[in-house]
Amino acid sequence: MEFPHCQAVPLAGAAVLPPVLFRREILARVDAGWRMLALFGLPCPGGVGLCCLLGRDADGRLAFLRQVPAESYPSLTPDCPQAHLFEREVHEQWGIVPQGHPWLKPVRFTGCPARPEEPRPAPGVADHFHLRGEEAHEVAVGPVHAGIIEPGHFRFQCSGEDVYHLEISLGFQHRGIEARLIGGPDKRTVHFMETLAGDTTIGHSLAHAALVEALTETAVPARGRAIARIALELERLANHTGDLGAMAGDVGYQPTMAYCGRIRGDFLNLTGLVCGNRFGRGLVRPGGVAFDLDKPIIRELLSRLELTRRAAFGAAELLFLSSTTLARFEGTGRVSAETAREIGLVGPPARACGLPRDARHAFPLPGAGPKDIPMQLHDFGGVYARALVRRLEMEASLDFIHDALIGLPEGPVRQTPAGVLPGGMVAVGLTEGWRGEICHVAVTGDDGRFAAYKVVDPSFHNWFGLAVALRGQQISDFPLCNKSFNLSYCGHDL
Amino acid sequence: MLNILLERLRQGKRTVAFPAAMPPLSPRFRGLPVLADSPCAEGCASCAGACPTGALGADEDGLYLDLGRCILCGTCAELCPGRRVSFSRDHRLASSTRDGLVLRPGGRLPHVAPLEPARRKLFAKSLRLRQVSAGGCNACEADTNVLTTIVFDLGRFGIDFVASPRHADGVAVTGPVTRNMLEATLGTFAAVPDPRVGIAIGTCAISGGLFAGSPETTGGATPHLPVDLYIPGCPPHPLTILDGLLRLLGQQTPPPTA
Repeated sequence: MEFPHCQAVPLAGAAVLPPVLFRREILARVDAGWRMLALFGLPCPGGVGLCCLLGRDADGRLAFLRQVPAESYPSLTPDCPQAHLFEREVHEQWGIVPQGHPWLKPVRFTGCPARPEEPRPAPGVADHFHLRGEEAHEVAVGPVHAGIIEPGHFRFQCSGEDVYHLEISLGFQHRGIEARLIGGPDKRTVHFMETLAGDTTIGHSLAHAALVEALTETAVPARGRAIARIALELERLANHTGDLGAMAGDVGYQPTMAYCGRIRGDFLNLTGLVCGNRFGRGLVRPGGVAFDLDKPIIRELLSRLELTRRAAFGAAELLFLSSTTLARFEGTGRVSAETAREIGLVGPPARACGLPRDARHAFPLPGAGPKDIPMQLHDFGGVYARALVRRLEMEASLDFIHDALIGLPEGPVRQTPAGVLPGGMVAVGLTEGWRGEICHVAVTGDDGRFAAYKVVDPSFHNWFGLAVALRGQQISDFPLCNKSFNLSYCGHDL
Repeated sequence: MLNILLERLRQGKRTVAFPAAMPPLSPRFRGLPVLADSPCAEGCASCAGACPTGALGADEDGLYLDLGRCILCGTCAELCPGRRVSFSRDHRLASSTRDGLVLRPGGRLPHVAPLEPARRKLFAKSLRLRQVSAGGCNACEADTNVLTTIVFDLGRFGIDFVASPRHADGVAVTGPVTRNMLEATLGTFAAVPDPRVGIAIGTCAISGGLFAGSPETTGGATPHLPVDLYIPGCPPHPLTILDGLLRLLGQQTPPPTA
């Protein structure tokens, strides 16, 4: 079943395919340039059926495929590597076995309700990749890292000085959010959206809003949409600035690190000016936004934006003029375009490999056009490219916010959607958060409540990209590679 | 080199004057909730059940708001026709007791008592903390991290975050402490030598927040380790955290600007 973004479709419209056809259809579409946006289980009569959401960047089409409930099916991963983590996740959550999956390890160490006889595994304890030989050694870190950062367990398999493979074991931040969303929406739903990944409050709450708006056929007032888009770009600016600073810090370049740490806060304070919270809590709601901007706030935003632009570009210029920094950035942590396509990278790491993937262009929200904001691409695929893409995106975001504030449409900021959702529907919300594509898919039951709510944070696609980027590098390159991806732990663990 | 010096001049000095003076906060900032002592309109149940975390309620003593469960979303203030709940712009939310976070009309404000003399003497000029993110959504972590930037410059107060619990004087926990992080959280706290301090940053770490009752979380830091300082908020503003830390060490901090 194919449909355009921002349009809810009846679940009954998707044929329920047998496993062989389901697999063939997905592989054919991936060959034809579609990407896997989500793969999840939907409880239905007779068991749990697999659902797959695919997207095509070229024309913004979405495809929704269903498989009959089955205890096992032939794994997609050997032919479609971007499915590997989705299949592990479905196996852990529902006990459905992807036969032939190369390494069916736990994702969140929760145990599986369908296999109650198996004890819940201890977090991080699993069969890890091992390297043997005289030069081989292993470095294990985490879950508690050295800084103020979320937990994860990393194992570096090294051959002499070189990292042969990095294995990343997550799941420590698992809060069981998706399970709590079933039966909603309720009074907690929007707040859960804001805390899926707290540094992506706007990105996730906007994806959820788009999904509910599609389900309820709510037309968002232009002013509300514009304010939400401004907040989305402010979130990108704050985090991209922080990332440039962190990358500078990891190669010991103090000036940019110190300035960007402060400038990041200046951008957060602009979001605070809009809604009272530096992370945008309480701003985006289905149907629009909860806060309007009056003339004095717009003036204040414009003037502080110009000051911060100068400071941010000044700090970035130092970074890109420093030969010692560039010597460490260039050629480090490269991912080829082909690998990036195979494993399904999204966001700045994908655009830094030359892949034109940007949900603002392929899947624009109603009232927002692809011409709003230019896409930034580079093709070196390494740390340097990921830094440069961020720097260029900051410029595009600043220009967008400036124009949006000047030309803010008149009118209300919110059209409250109907309280009850239509039953038996599928809806999708896609936004381009600062880390990349955020995908929310919901299926409503006959009672109009969420029967399934799948959240795919860009980190879910990109963690494996970090592992690949480190191959052949030294361990000392890890912090730099890690910061250049800057992925979410809680957004992955959910 | 010249570029670096010129840029240094352009960027200027940015460290806030706090605690000598209070930096401005957004006019829309939602700080300490205030409960009015007026009676509720008869039959009005606007706020009942609307609070996403069950922080707002009524018992035999009347209306109360548990700041340890509140995520400061403002839903109650929006719904109450009698304006019994409103949000001030007071950033000072921290308390040294869990009970002190339960607000009542005309009641006591959250209060931070300095550490008792023995620990205060040890830590007043040098407090090293190990931060543990245990299910935090990265907002509390980010606004804790920001204290180490040049803006807040935590180091000038002798407070710092360190990499190893063996080098630390205490632990600062964020997040509802997921089942999968329980062992690591307990282990980190146990690795800090006595005497030590325990700090819960953010509503999740105080009560589990939005995630309280989820089988994948364990109710924050409070059930697991002795907590000396509770810093509510979702996430707490950096000044809220800094204010709490300074008062715990016995320093004076300024009231909010009008």
